[in-house]
Amino acid sequence: MALQNCAKSLVSAAFKHHHAKGVIYQSSTRASSIWSNVEMGPPDAILGVSEAFKKDKSPNKMNLGVGAYRDDNGKPYVLPSVRKAEDIIRSKNLDKEYLGITGLAEFTKASAILAFGDNCDAIKNKRNVTAQGISGTGSLRIGANFLSKFYPGVKEVWLPKPSWGNHTPIFKHAGIEVKQYRYYDPSTCGFDAKGAYEDISKIPENSIILLHACAHNPTGVDPKPDQWKELSQIIKSRKLFPFFDMAYQGFASGNIDNDAAAVRMFVNEGHNIALAQSYAKNMGLYGERVGAFTLICESEEEAKRCESQLKIIIRPMYSNPPLSGPRIASTILNTAELRSQWLTEVKGMADRIITMRSQLVENLKKEGSSHNWQHITDQIGMFCFTGLKPDQVARITEEFSVYLTKDGRISVAGISSKNNAYLAHAIHTVSK
Amino acid sequence: MIKQSFSNFKMFSNSRSFESSRDFARTDYAHALEHITTVRPLTFHQKLQQKTVNMSVFKDVDMAPPVAVFNLTARYKEDKDPAKVNLGVGAYRTDEGKPWVLPVVRTVESQMAADSTLDHEYLPIAGLKTFTEAATRLALGDDSPALLQNRAGGFQALSGTGALRLGIDFLSRFGKSKTVYVSDPTWPNHMAIGRDAHFTEIKKYRYWDDKTKALNIDGMLEDLRNAPEHSVVILHGCAHNPTGVDPKKEQWEQIAEVMAAKKLFPFFDIAYQGFATGDLDADASSVRLFVKKEFELFVSQSFSKNFGLYNERVGNLAIVTQDNDSLMRVQSQLEKLARPMWSNPPNHGARIVATTLNNPSLFAEWKEAIRTMSSRVISMRALLKQKLKQLNTPGSWDHITDQIGMFSYTGLTSKQVDFIIQKYHVYLMQDGRINMCAVTNSNCDHIAAAIHDAVTSC
Repeated sequence: MALQNCAKSLVSAAFKHHHAKGVIYQSSTRASSIWSNVEMGPPDAILGVSEAFKKDKSPNKMNLGVGAYRDDNGKPYVLPSVRKAEDIIRSKNLDKEYLGITGLAEFTKASAILAFGDNCDAIKNKRNVTAQGISGTGSLRIGANFLSKFYPGVKEVWLPKPSWGNHTPIFKHAGIEVKQYRYYDPSTCGFDAKGAYEDISKIPENSIILLHACAHNPTGVDPKPDQWKELSQIIKSRKLFPFFDMAYQGFASGNIDNDAAAVRMFVNEGHNIALAQSYAKNMGLYGERVGAFTLICESEEEAKRCESQLKIIIRPMYSNPPLSGPRIASTILNTAELRSQWLTEVKGMADRIITMRSQLVENLKKEGSSHNWQHITDQIGMFCFTGLKPDQVARITEEFSVYLTKDGRISVAGISSKNNAYLAHAIHTVSK
Repeated sequence: MIKQSFSNFKMFSNSRSFESSRDFARTDYAHALEHITTVRPLTFHQKLQQKTVNMSVFKDVDMAPPVAVFNLTARYKEDKDPAKVNLGVGAYRTDEGKPWVLPVVRTVESQMAADSTLDHEYLPIAGLKTFTEAATRLALGDDSPALLQNRAGGFQALSGTGALRLGIDFLSRFGKSKTVYVSDPTWPNHMAIGRDAHFTEIKKYRYWDDKTKALNIDGMLEDLRNAPEHSVVILHGCAHNPTGVDPKKEQWEQIAEVMAAKKLFPFFDIAYQGFATGDLDADASSVRLFVKKEFELFVSQSFSKNFGLYNERVGNLAIVTQDNDSLMRVQSQLEKLARPMWSNPPNHGARIVATTLNNPSLFAEWKEAIRTMSSRVISMRALLKQKLKQLNTPGSWDHITDQIGMFSYTGLTSKQVDFIIQKYHVYLMQDGRINMCAVTNSNCDHIAAAIHDAVTSC
């Protein structure tokens, strides 16, 4: 530190000397940085987990923090259908001209049909505006900005408790206040239906409610179909505006229609919803930022007006969206054989995760654990709320080099058949 | 909160406004502003009182005016005339009038495709490090004191727009002023960015002199001298959009002097490095001058034009601070702004640029491509001026060759522009801006004839 300071003062002395030679201007910026009052931002919780994992030298270490799929060897998985689509695209030697503000039309059209199904009247009657967004985050954000500007009701969004950490800053930065409704029951590690119904029934009329379409992040707990129906009724009676976040279509159950069932049911029941879709996980296109935002409107005419306003929001954010990722997605969705290949691959990913869940429960039984671990197989999707307490989490990291977030959330995608038993042993040891 | 802030939206409060309301009216910013300030969604209670059959929550959302430059392209696409030319959107065209994917880009993409170790995993929030470091070096120069002292760094963003938006959002929260200055005229999106980032005042500094068709340096300096301390000033580093008029070196020195005295914050917008003169260092000299004068500053860099990567959205926000600690803190706060906007930036384009900039032979190939593009533009400037002189078109057309970069501010009036679009199917922006990159040996006669006709009959 002393050496650093010494070096600093040497450099600044040298600088002053250089400056003194022909200085014309009073360097008022030298006095103090204009950023002296800028605080260091709090470290990202999940990133922190990955950083610590990298530094760990243990051969048995496991990173269960990251929200990205890994194959059974713990490696990132580029879907073969994606590689095929990329080959097709490359052979066409297309240009790199700007997309329109709302993105690639063949992608947004296909994306809406994927979400809402082939038989959705709203889509057939063009009551939807579907704009390409920067993956799930960007789609949520432009939707939030749109609601902030144009939603005439109560500008408050109700999130399930808990929810994905980024939901809160997304809405806050768009100018919408964030509130919570009960969702997860820690005592059962399941859905707190009673608490949710109670809280939602009390939400001020005409507020906005955010719902995870499937594979709730971080808990993995989804309402059952009859519970979704009940939610739909309550939401209707409170005149709430439903904003769905669907980041795992296909990835949750392995079936794209089942995973979109809640979204489709709501539209069928007459809710005019907003929807954010991500293709990060289900197509493994994480870093290419592929997503879409949809608003179901009253009419085609209204959809056109809303689309024009969405453009006004997007233009000063990033002008127009990236093309390469959505081009891949569009090629897959719009080419019959690639689409079926993709569906098989998505099911493959979902099945591996489901297998890991059941193996983990098996292995915990073998370890002799007396706890009920049923929630591990009841929960769905990439994440699992283990029920481990913060002190148990700290211990499992310390003693076993198993890295997860403090809330006890694990990314099941980070488990392989090779380390499943090790994890069971670790969990049993800290929880018995 | 946000929509009400539009009523606080002051423009032109004490600096001069446009030359005439006509000039103001023909900008698409005017259209956007008019829409925003005069139409407001009804409050919820107002709506309750309305007796309407349509109970849709969005029934009062008005149709927004289309974004001018995209609208122009849309009209051009619908036009069936065989002689049509699109001189609107700023994208490079070959002499055949076609988009050009740089050969070095194709080379790198093939390499990437063959590399099985590459995947589509998330980038960090701040982007690809090999990209941001190379991009920042490109702007500041390898020997920049700021880099040597480890007080300069980058942050990947969604092209130039995204970098601007991120930087302006940051300044809105952490800067010492909610006033931002833009040149008169400027790229209209600058103002929309300032507005959406909640700057309460967006002012103009004089820039384009209609009479001399050159820089109004005295007006500019005076307006900056009158700016409140700590105001943010958006400067076009080179190849000013839309005018093509750049300050000379001595003028940049004067601008720096005034800005230092008033503690104004420089935010350079560099969308055309390499494209202006063909020389990467020369095009960044304005930024480097300010760094030498020890300013803390931001630079938004776009790789859309100079790499032809328009739809890959490759951009970098270069940050120069007083010291390394400030840099770290600024970058940490930028992450907090980027995360709820796009989480992390797209991978593909950044990888192409990083690979090219970090490999000497690819870098050389790229520099060649830049020279190709910029020299074609320069020769088209000369050709157009020559044709206008041959036609004896009234007026001085020196500004066409004096101006630099992709665009030329022709000086044509709104009426003349409409005439040209109607009669000649030559599409250009309402303010008379033309994309010189779209001029070719084949269409130059047609364009010159159109201009000549418009100037002599309107």
